Amino acid sequence: MSQNQTALIIGAHSDMARAIANQLASEGYNLQLAARNAQARLARSATDLILRHQGEVNCLELDVAATDSHADFIEQLTPLPDVVVCVAGVMPDQQSAEQDYALAKLMIDTNYAGVVSLFEGLAPRMASRGTGCLVGISSVAGDRGRQKNYIYGSTKAALTTYLSGLRNRLASKGVHVITVKPGFVNTAMTEGMDLPEKLTAEASEVALDISKAIQKQRNIIYSKPIWRLVMLVIKHIPEFIFKKLDI
Amino acid sequence: MPTEQQISGWGRFPKAQGQQHFYRSESELAALVAEHPHCIARGGGRAYGDSALAGVMLNSKHFNHVRAFDRDSGLITVEAGLILADLLAAFVPQGWIVPVTPGTQFVSIGGMVASDVHGKNHHVDGSFGQHIQSLRIMMADGSIQQCSATDNADLFHATIGGMGLTGIILTVSFRMLPIQSAWIRQETRRCDSLDAVMDEFEQSQHWKYTVAWIDCLSQGENLGRSVLFRGEHASRAELPMPLAERALAPKAKRKLNVPFNFPRGLLNRWTVSAFNEVYFRRAPEKRTDFVDYQSFFYPLDAIHNWNRIYGKKGFVQYQCVIPKAESREALQKLLGLIASAGEGSFLAVLKLFGPQDGLLSFPTEGYTLALDFPAKPSVFALLDRLDQVMLEHHGRIYLTKDARMSAHTLRQSYSELSHWQDIANLYDPKQRWQSEQSSRLGLRQSEPPKEAQNS
Ligand SMILES: Cc1cc2nc3c(=O)[nH]c(=O)nc-3n(C[C@H](O)[C@H](O)[C@H](O)COP(=O)(O)OP(=O)(O)OC[C@H]3O[C@@H](n4cnc5c(N)ncnc54)[C@H](O)[C@@H]3O)c2cc1C
Ligand SMILES: NC(=O)c1ccc[n+]([C@@H]2O[C@H](COP(=O)([O-])OP(=O)(O)OC[C@H]3O[C@@H](n4cnc5c(N)ncnc54)[C@H](OP(=O)(O)O)[C@@H]3O)[C@@H](O)[C@H]2O)c1
Repeated sequence: MSQNQTALIIGAHSDMARAIANQLASEGYNLQLAARNAQARLARSATDLILRHQGEVNCLELDVAATDSHADFIEQLTPLPDVVVCVAGVMPDQQSAEQDYALAKLMIDTNYAGVVSLFEGLAPRMASRGTGCLVGISSVAGDRGRQKNYIYGSTKAALTTYLSGLRNRLASKGVHVITVKPGFVNTAMTEGMDLPEKLTAEASEVALDISKAIQKQRNIIYSKPIWRLVMLVIKHIPEFIFKKLDI
Repeated sequence: MPTEQQISGWGRFPKAQGQQHFYRSESELAALVAEHPHCIARGGGRAYGDSALAGVMLNSKHFNHVRAFDRDSGLITVEAGLILADLLAAFVPQGWIVPVTPGTQFVSIGGMVASDVHGKNHHVDGSFGQHIQSLRIMMADGSIQQCSATDNADLFHATIGGMGLTGIILTVSFRMLPIQSAWIRQETRRCDSLDAVMDEFEQSQHWKYTVAWIDCLSQGENLGRSVLFRGEHASRAELPMPLAERALAPKAKRKLNVPFNFPRGLLNRWTVSAFNEVYFRRAPEKRTDFVDYQSFFYPLDAIHNWNRIYGKKGFVQYQCVIPKAESREALQKLLGLIASAGEGSFLAVLKLFGPQDGLLSFPTEGYTLALDFPAKPSVFALLDRLDQVMLEHHGRIYLTKDARMSAHTLRQSYSELSHWQDIANLYDPKQRWQSEQSSRLGLRQSEPPKEAQNS
C-alpha cells in the first residue's frame, strides 16, 4: 500500500487516466487530477474515486500545450507529488495533419513540448527531495515511422528519447523515469476503429501494468507485453523493404 | 462512425452484425438516442443469447461512476455501466456487498436491473429488483425520468426485468448489505437422488444461500444426484485465525484462461459423464468450511473465457422455473429426457426460488434448473421437447439466457406479458428499443411475429 503518497495525473479526463487513477487510489495514493476545464468535468470522477477508495482527490486546471502556465501550475502543487503520470496526448487523423500544419503542431505541442515543459519543471524539485517517479505515456507508434501515422509517431519518438535522457540524468538523484509504450488500447481515441482483439488492451490493463512498473521501478514497458516482440520485428525490417510496405 | 462488427452474447450463439456506440455522459447518450431510430442498451454482454444484440447497441461501459454512498443506510447510487466486479473490489474491503448477485461478477449493474437477476438467496431476499430504491432512465424521446415503487411506479416495475425495452437505465440506487467478513461459512452435502436434494432444499430454507450442482447425465436410481451447498456470511468472531486477520481482504486468486476455442466433440457424453462422476464422488457427504466470497459466488469467473470450451459455434443455456407444486414431477421428466438424450452438459444448477411478483421478471416460487448445451440441431430438438414439458407444468424460460424459444412459448408462460406491453407502449410508442430477441419473440407485439405464426 502507498499510504500518504500522492500521484498527479495529467490529462485526467481520459479513459486511460481514469483507469490509472482508480488503480493508484486503490493502492492508497491520494490524487491530484489535472485537465482542461477541470472543475466542470472532473467532479464526477473525483466523487467516484473518493467513494471507492476513501482517499483525497483534488482537481486542478491545466492545459499541457500552454507551456507559459506550467511554472505556476507546478509552484501551487501541494504536496509535490511522489508519482506523476502524464497521459495527455492527441492523435488527429494523419492525412488531415499532412494538409494542415496546425494539426501537426498541435501534436508536437501536446505530445512532446508540453510534456518536456512539465517534466523539466518537476524534475529538479523531485531531485532535490531525492525521491519521485515520472511516468510518460509514449507509444509503439514512436518505435518506427509508418506512413499511416508518422507525424503522431514522431512526437512519441521524441518523447521516448526525451524520457530516456531524463532517466539517465535522474538515476543518481533517486528519481525514477518510466516510459510506457501502449500498443492498441480501447479508449475514446481509438473508438470505432477495427482493432485486433489479441493485440488490444483495456485501459484497466494498461493501468495495472503501470502500477507494477512503478512498484518494480521498470524503465520501459510495453502494454500489452506482446508488443515488445511485435515492435522488435518491425524495427528490424530493413528500410529498403520497409519503405515499400503498407502496414 | 463505428465499424460493423460481428458480436454475440456470452453463449456465442447467435452471432449478429451491429455497431457499438459508447457514451461517457448523459448528453452524449441523448445525442446517440436522437440519432438512431432503433437501438438497445448493452452492458457486460453476459446475457447468453440475443438480449443485448441489435444493429445499434449503446454500450454503457464508460458510464460507470459511483455517484453517492451513505455509510449509515448503505444506500448507493451508481451509473448503470458499472461492472459488479469493480463495485465489489471497492466496497467489500469497506464491509459492504450487493444484496443479490448473479453467478458472475462481470455483469453491469444496469444488466442486473434489466434481467432482474436472482442469486442463491432468492428464497430469503427475492431478486435484485426488490432492493432498488429508484432508477433514472433515458426515455425514447431523450428525456430523463426518475422512478421508484411510488413514483412512476408502472415505469419502475416494467423496467425491472424489462430487458432494456423501456429505456436506457442511467443510474440505479439500491441498498448494499453490511458484512463483517468477505468469507462465507459453507456447508456441502451430497444427495444421492432428486428426492434427496429437494428434501434438503426444503430443510435449508433458513439458510441465506442455497444452491445445488446436479448431474444431468445420471439415470435410474441416481437420477438427479446432486451436491448441495448452503452458506452464511461469516461473522468476524467465528473466523479461524489466519482468515480473521484479513477478514475483509482475502488474497486474490490466480486466474486461468481458455486461450482458444475447443474443438467440437471434446465435450461429449463420455467425457462429461466422467467429469460428473469424479466431481460427485469427490464431494463429501457432509462438510463445513470457510470460502472467500469470490469462490463461493463466482466459481466460473476464475476461468477466463470459459465459454470457449464449447467451440466456435457456441452454446445455449436452458434455464426454466417450475411452480413448486409441480416441480417434482416436471423435474423427473426433464432430467429423464436430458439424461436419455445424453447431450453433453457439465454439472447443471438447481435452486429453489421463493415467492415473487413481477411483470417480465423470471423468478416465481418453485425450482429452477439451468444447464448448458452446445448449439446444434439435435440440441434444439431436445430443447423444444423440454419446453413442452415445462409448459405442461406451467413453467417459464429465463429471457436473459434464451436464444431459441418460440414466440408461442413466451406467450403461454409469461402471464403478465400484455400488461407489461401496455406500459412499454405507453413510454415508447414508436417501439424504438429493439433487440434481436425482442424481434424474434415479438416481445413488444400483442401477436407473435408472422414467421412464428406459421410454424
Ligand atoms: C456465468 C454466468 C452466470 C450467471 N448467473 C446468473 C444467476 O445466477 N442469476 C441470474 O439472474 N443471472 C445470471 N446470469 C445472467 C446475467 O446475470 C444476466 O444476463 C445479466 O443481465 C447480464 O448483465 P450484463 O450487464 O452483462 O448485460 P447484457 O448482456 O449486456 O444485457 C442483458 C440485458 O440487459 C439490458 N441492459 C443492459 N444494460 C442496460 C441499461 N443500462 N439499461 C437498460 N437495459 C440494459 C440489455 O438490453 C439486455 O436486454 C449469469 C450469466 C453468466 C454468464
Ligand atoms: N488509445 C491508444 O490506442 C493509444 C496507444 C498508444 C498510446 N496512447 C497514448 O495514451 C495516452 C492516452 O490516450 P487515450 O487513448 O486515452 O486518448 P484520449 O481518449 O484522446 O485522451 C487523451 C487525453 O489527453 C488530454 N489532452 C489533450 N490535449 C491536452 C492539453 N493540451 N492539455 C491537457 N490535456 C490534454 C485530453 O483531454 P481533453 O478531454 O481536454 O481533450 C484527453 O483527456 C495518449 O498520450 C496517447 O497518445 C494511446
